[in-house]
Amino acid sequence: MRIVAEHLTYTYNERSPFEKRALDDISLTIEEGEFFGIIGHTGSGKSTFVQHLNGLIRLPSSRKHFHPKKPKRGQPAPPAPVLKVGEFDLCDRRTDFRALRRSVGMVFQYPEYQLFAETVKEDVAFGLKNFAEKKDRPRAEEIETAVREALAAVGLNAAEVGEKSPFDLSGGQKRRVAIAGVIVTRPEVLILDEPAAGLDPLGKREIMELLHELHRTWCKTIVIVSHDMDEIAENCTRVAVFKDGTVPYVATPKELFSHAEELYALGLDIPLTAKLTAALARRGIAIDCDFTTEDFLAKVLALKKGGAS
Amino acid sequence: MRAIEFRDVSYTYEDGDADGDPSNAQRGGFQIKHLNFAVEEGEFVAVLGHNGSGKSTLARLSNRLLAADSGEIEVFGTPLTKKTVYEIRKQIGIVFQNPDNQTVASIVEDDVAFGAENIGLAREEIGARISFALKAVGMEQYRNATIARLSGGQKQRVAIAGVLALKPRIMILDESTAMLDPRGRREIMDVVVRLNREEKITVILITHFMEEALLADRAIVMNRGEIVMQDKPAGIFARHEELLTYNLTLPRIGMIVKGLNAGGMPVSDTLDLEKLAGEIAECVS
Repeated sequence: MRIVAEHLTYTYNERSPFEKRALDDISLTIEEGEFFGIIGHTGSGKSTFVQHLNGLIRLPSSRKHFHPKKPKRGQPAPPAPVLKVGEFDLCDRRTDFRALRRSVGMVFQYPEYQLFAETVKEDVAFGLKNFAEKKDRPRAEEIETAVREALAAVGLNAAEVGEKSPFDLSGGQKRRVAIAGVIVTRPEVLILDEPAAGLDPLGKREIMELLHELHRTWCKTIVIVSHDMDEIAENCTRVAVFKDGTVPYVATPKELFSHAEELYALGLDIPLTAKLTAALARRGIAIDCDFTTEDFLAKVLALKKGGAS
Repeated sequence: MRAIEFRDVSYTYEDGDADGDPSNAQRGGFQIKHLNFAVEEGEFVAVLGHNGSGKSTLARLSNRLLAADSGEIEVFGTPLTKKTVYEIRKQIGIVFQNPDNQTVASIVEDDVAFGAENIGLAREEIGARISFALKAVGMEQYRNATIARLSGGQKQRVAIAGVLALKPRIMILDESTAMLDPRGRREIMDVVVRLNREEKITVILITHFMEEALLADRAIVMNRGEIVMQDKPAGIFARHEELLTYNLTLPRIGMIVKGLNAGGMPVSDTLDLEKLAGEIAECVS
């Protein structure tokens, strides 16, 4: 499913003293099959944007009693927002939001804090039951199969952990169960807000490996919000930079991180490989790499061999 | 002078022994075994270890939030016992992970005052200490702000100020930067380093971020409830293979050095970016 957003604007607490413009005329397209990264400071509008993608925040035109604002006299009408996720038109109030939420999975920050059921199986099954159509309730054995497969997809064995309380698991396992509870509806798009935050280094690596595995086998498109530039450089196909409710840059990590000055100006960092590449450039050594550790090492070592022969 | 000393300290979480904290309930049977270490006054020590290695237990033992089963703990030469615990808690401030769980008031100055009020200081003294603490963390202009409207890094700095208002001589940060964004993390680390250098406060920093450990004078690595390594951060990170067995990784720059070495480029084991770039430049030209 392709995600297309055009002229998206959102204001929290509109017409109150706490009014805050969170998104300001954003346009962004995420292609099917991408492993897309979103970066930006706290309060830059990242979360507001991703909450639009499965209808947690509704566009005004998708609400029941919608009366478009009349443009002020003498001013042109602002362009109408567009938000499409695959065939779902999120501007249209006739859209089936239940079906949308089955197709667009959302994993919040620290998802393990949202576990609630008595057993792992029940917790994972909740989303499946909750998003099912009333006339088309899944049967018990269907639920059983779906839960087992979702747990297997996140690397857990249903026979081992299925009957345990989710609160008796380790931190990394809890996070996996929480992710299983989202992918159990087989979403085509999976959105994760800081999936690796708060884990130890090994846990971080395992979660990122898990996401790549899911990307290969389970969800066509993955969108991650992250503060870790190294993580973005190693994993993402493209990156959008959020800044005060706007998106000043959308680029591949390779393009983006070669413009260190612009990112520093936004108060954002660049990956270590990009810093090293810049430090080498100052010493007259040009390296053309995509800023993954693997590629950086290969390019640097290639120079050495070239010099030796 | 020794700020804190553990001699042969052991602790076991019993099954279902939750101590009021549900996260402890799952640790049934987990042990801290024969812990021996000391931190000198004014030192900055980083504690590393994977999840569940016993880092937080170490923090909780040092001010008797958990009472050790056996062994002795001394703080500035005073043995930590039931009788001395309240005096000692004035000297050890702990800042925890989640800023939202550590604030008790809705206005910054009330929150910072809470600890100082609790130990019964005079009104003027409390006022002076709030000013001192907020200045130390760079939050003076937020004295009358609503905590709920602050950023994560700012909330965490208020939590640190609340601890500082007690004028502790030791500060323990238990993954205090884990839930912050990079800017918040930098704010906290700047404050911590400054408190250590200027106010001479002894700092014990528990962290998952290897880059933060590089700022410390010394690092301790824990694994399964035991201390397995103690050295200067550079010394710890030089023992790469050993770290991996404890489920830890190198800081990113260390991984790149290892990668270059493995590919036959003899760069030295440096953690300094400019130095590494210089050495690479020599190798290729």
